[in-house]
Amino acid sequence: MFFQQLINALMLGSTYSLVAIGYTLIFGILNLLHFAHGEVFMLGAFIGLQMVLLSNCHIVVAILGSMVAAAILGLIIERVSFRPIKKEYHLAPLISTIGVSIILQEIGAKIFGADIVGFPKTIQLVTYNIGPLQVTSIQLFILAFAIILMITIHLFIQRTKVGIAMRVTSENATNASLMGINTNRVIAITFMISSALAGAAGVLVGLVYNAISPFMGTEMILKGFTIMLLGGLGNVMGAMIGGIILGLVEIFSVAYIESSYKDAFAFGIMAIILITKPTGLFGIRLHEE
Amino acid sequence: MFSGYIESILVFNGIHIIMALSLYLPFSAGQISLAQAGFMAIGSYASSVLTLHFGFPFYIALFLGGLLSALAGVLIGFPAIRITGIYLLLLTLAFGEMVRVFFLNFEYTGGASGMGGMELKTNLINVYSIVAILIVFFHRLDKSRMGRAFASMREDEVAAEVMGINIIKAKLIAFGVGAFIAGIGGGLYAHYAMYIDSPKFGFILAVEFFVFVVFGGVEIFWGPILGATLLTLLPETVRFLSEWRMIFYGLVIVVLMILRPQGLIDKKLVNWIAKRTQNPFRRKGTL
Repeated sequence: MFFQQLINALMLGSTYSLVAIGYTLIFGILNLLHFAHGEVFMLGAFIGLQMVLLSNCHIVVAILGSMVAAAILGLIIERVSFRPIKKEYHLAPLISTIGVSIILQEIGAKIFGADIVGFPKTIQLVTYNIGPLQVTSIQLFILAFAIILMITIHLFIQRTKVGIAMRVTSENATNASLMGINTNRVIAITFMISSALAGAAGVLVGLVYNAISPFMGTEMILKGFTIMLLGGLGNVMGAMIGGIILGLVEIFSVAYIESSYKDAFAFGIMAIILITKPTGLFGIRLHEE
Repeated sequence: MFSGYIESILVFNGIHIIMALSLYLPFSAGQISLAQAGFMAIGSYASSVLTLHFGFPFYIALFLGGLLSALAGVLIGFPAIRITGIYLLLLTLAFGEMVRVFFLNFEYTGGASGMGGMELKTNLINVYSIVAILIVFFHRLDKSRMGRAFASMREDEVAAEVMGINIIKAKLIAFGVGAFIAGIGGGLYAHYAMYIDSPKFGFILAVEFFVFVVFGGVEIFWGPILGATLLTLLPETVRFLSEWRMIFYGLVIVVLMILRPQGLIDKKLVNWIAKRTQNPFRRKGTL
């Protein structure tokens, strides 16, 4: 029972991590709480679902497709609601992403309907028995895909030139542009990568719960905030581990305490961390604003 | 006086103004809060319990609900002494959500099925009387010792402290009084809607109040009043767009932030209006 729950928690937590990495990347570079990120996640889930429904393609293709679509969406969001806003008003971009989030949620509800829908059975369901444990192929797939994405993003940030530019920009945007980094391009790329991760996470969460609705984004925003805090604002590695921790807390509180208090635990953690250790569990950097 | 539909919009508009002002108060001291929906929930549940189960008169229940909410506000003010900016935003958000989950599970106030049966006590007159009282209060606050302390804290907390302002006291007052106003707003809401349940007071509502304030302008208290009024009336007046009005609403927010990131009203505009409408009988040319 315990190990069974552990696997569920890891699976759920790894999808949370993907959303939170996007959050934390955007926060690290722009100091912006990106409220529309949850909606990108939601639309990603729907796009993946539609691809499976319409073309009956493989689930991996659907995830990749939804990642591309989400990346484009992220680029549009950046162009429309972030770039035109003057930088000296730090609350203005936050409010404009709230505006975008309202728009996207409505569009999602208009196009896909307000009902909760599920994925058709795209992966053949095989149950593996490892000792007393039962692991389904879907669970393995979700876990594997999320981990592969996380490793890729980690290598991308650590090793590639663009990744280095991203880290420099998040350290100090002015200095980065003085060093010849095109910060506007870095910001656009960051939005695209974050959104692509959210899109993938959307499809994966859709597979986990088998329930997609236009309102799933809002809940994810709150979880994303919690995880981001847990790992320390702007800390990518922290977001990965933070996601897993939140998954563990949620699953085990449902399994052993009471399900209706699930969310209270997440926010309780958030409050405790803010009061006692505002830099997060692994945080080293402190932001000014 | 008005038809029921218009009256209900105007009452909600008044409640929204009260809520926006309750957020503006800590804001004017540099304390961003997403907990106002939580304070509103406390005020509305508390006042409903008092009128429903204990037979308190409405106005006393309203006041006590506000007081309980203020107590919660002071409580959240304590961690706010240490943390600022985005961390405070997230902490207040977490607090608001914990209040929501608490009422969702609290059987005494109906738990998940909510709480109903309150009498209709809120009307245009008492809502707008409270709005008027708040306007006078904020007008006086601007020129008061505490109001100036808030303003200096917003500009620079360290400098304010060096100037001898008791930051801790000021922050607790800002949060407490803000929460008190929010609790009053909640009580008014509960006795107008006559039914409350906890999902109503979630994160979305808190964000809505936040948008009211930033949309209208955070420099002066007329900003939140105008922001709340416009954003409440806007979806109602564009009913001809019916299907698309929420998208329109979102677009208005984005466009305004691009064109006027400081909000609709700022000090400059207010001074300009004040100059234009100067009292002609005022003596000029003397100090």
